[in-house]
Amino acid sequence: MSSANANTVGVSIEKSVHDSVWQGSLNLVDVARARNFAWLHVAEARIRNMMKWWGSIAAFGLGNPVLYLFSVGIGIGALVDSNGSASQLGGVSYLTFLAPALLASASIQAFQDETSFPVMEGFLWNKNFFAMNATPITGRDIVNGLLAAALARTVVTVGIYEGVLLAFGAITLDVALPMFFSAILTGAAFGSVMLAVTTYVKEDDGFFAIVGRFIIAPMMMFSGTFYPLESMPFYLQWVGWISPLWHGTDLGRTISYGSAQQGWVTISHWVYLALWISVGLTLGYRQMAKRLAA
Amino acid sequence: MIVARGLRKVYGDFVAVDGIDFEVRKGEAFGLLGPNGAGKSTTMKMIASVSKRTGGELTILGLDPNKRGPEIRAHLGVVPQQDNLDRELKVHENLFAYGRFFGLSRKFLKTKVEELLEFAQLTEKRNAKAEELSGGMKRRLTIARGLVNEPEILMLDEPTTGLDPQARHILWDRLFRLKEQGVTLVITTHYMDEAEQLCDRLIVMDKGKIMAEGSPADLIKRFASKEVLEVRFGSSKNIEIAEQIFHLGHRTEVLPDRILIYSENGEEDLQAILKLGLEPVTSLVRRSSLEDVFLRLTGRTLVE
Repeated sequence: MSSANANTVGVSIEKSVHDSVWQGSLNLVDVARARNFAWLHVAEARIRNMMKWWGSIAAFGLGNPVLYLFSVGIGIGALVDSNGSASQLGGVSYLTFLAPALLASASIQAFQDETSFPVMEGFLWNKNFFAMNATPITGRDIVNGLLAAALARTVVTVGIYEGVLLAFGAITLDVALPMFFSAILTGAAFGSVMLAVTTYVKEDDGFFAIVGRFIIAPMMMFSGTFYPLESMPFYLQWVGWISPLWHGTDLGRTISYGSAQQGWVTISHWVYLALWISVGLTLGYRQMAKRLAA
Repeated sequence: MIVARGLRKVYGDFVAVDGIDFEVRKGEAFGLLGPNGAGKSTTMKMIASVSKRTGGELTILGLDPNKRGPEIRAHLGVVPQQDNLDRELKVHENLFAYGRFFGLSRKFLKTKVEELLEFAQLTEKRNAKAEELSGGMKRRLTIARGLVNEPEILMLDEPTTGLDPQARHILWDRLFRLKEQGVTLVITTHYMDEAEQLCDRLIVMDKGKIMAEGSPADLIKRFASKEVLEVRFGSSKNIEIAEQIFHLGHRTEVLPDRILIYSENGEEDLQAILKLGLEPVTSLVRRSSLEDVFLRLTGRTLVE
């Protein structure tokens, strides 16, 4: 028995060593290719991870708009519309008024999920950013890859959302494409800053509770989501002005039903959202690299 | 492969690595030894081209890691001290995803992953999530992952911590074969038997400086005697008796539980002790090991 065992062990070692020829990384690894597609490889890894939860992502993506549209859009909408508030809403039904805001916030939500949790995972829970950084992948690649993966998920989420909005008659087909882009841009603006902020988090003590209560919730309430920003007291309107959600919502409304806006206001929305992306990227690149090198 | 000259790393006002020089040649197994906080891991991070040096020179494969880190890392295999697997991914997905970071093709990885699973003896666990693995299995997976790009330089930071003796010996065998194929190994370890087994040459570090450099045999010759005689008289009597036998060997070390006599011939010294009419409770004559060198160079005090 013992000699048979010894043999088996011997054989398994032999086999594992001889079944292929060792080429060596100088022959095997195409450095230029690894570098050029580095961000894509990070995105690929992130999407592989995401696919473990695709069921929940799809269910949430579909369930969220349906629930909102029934309860708030149609339920509260009936109340609002019967009170003759159309003039304050730019002459449209409450459902039409609400739709661009819901779409922009769904985009923000999707980006938020994909830019905060993976960063906590990468630095604290799993430490897999350090594993990535031991390969040709750099901190900048990780930022770009995470954002690309977040974008991929948001494209699906916003796509589903728009489908539901169309089905409810909350938007029209001709504005679907520009609204799609403005919603994605809004999410990307928020997400790139969220990612940058999360790279600064050193300990996992209630960070997400703080973000949820003190950033997401007030942003939802004070960004002209459920009523026009102008109907809020003036001293609270500043929350809307800095909030990417308000800029995205106002942009979406302009596209959807042409709520009277001057051209420069529309342009300032695009510029403001683009500015968030560039600030997020700048800070994110810097802090990510710094933390990986520590 | 690796050349360091006056290599320094400073964090704030803490000097982690204080101007060290060493060279690692192709196909060599090079060890970094030292107590906790000696600067081994910091040195490893600089070689791994993730942490930038504060001063001095460092080239890896002829390239400067401060400027061309990603390019160097393409040719390194890194096994970190702490397993950083992707817990959500399955065992085989961990290997595959990691291979993709090197830009390796899906086709190549398909066969490579199976080969590595077999090497790590995890073929049967291929579909388990990484977080479900035992400590030893995780370690084996991390080591296998470090081989996915067939690295020119394999860096192992305490590779066998947490492995059982069987897995340890299989790994040593595999590392030896990799070395024969021309792979350069850089290893840190706390196990002196491992360093003796694996390393052609090593440096002993303490407080950011190199205390000694050489082959294991060479270091034993220089810093320890040929043999060591260990005698125990009971902890209360050791100090008193030590005075009577101080003349034996090259050097005597009195520890709370035993007396160590470093000499050329331990058996002769033991006879001398018995002739003095002293009767040790236990006695042991052994060859000097790297551990003796290590303890002599870095002291017996715990530094945390």
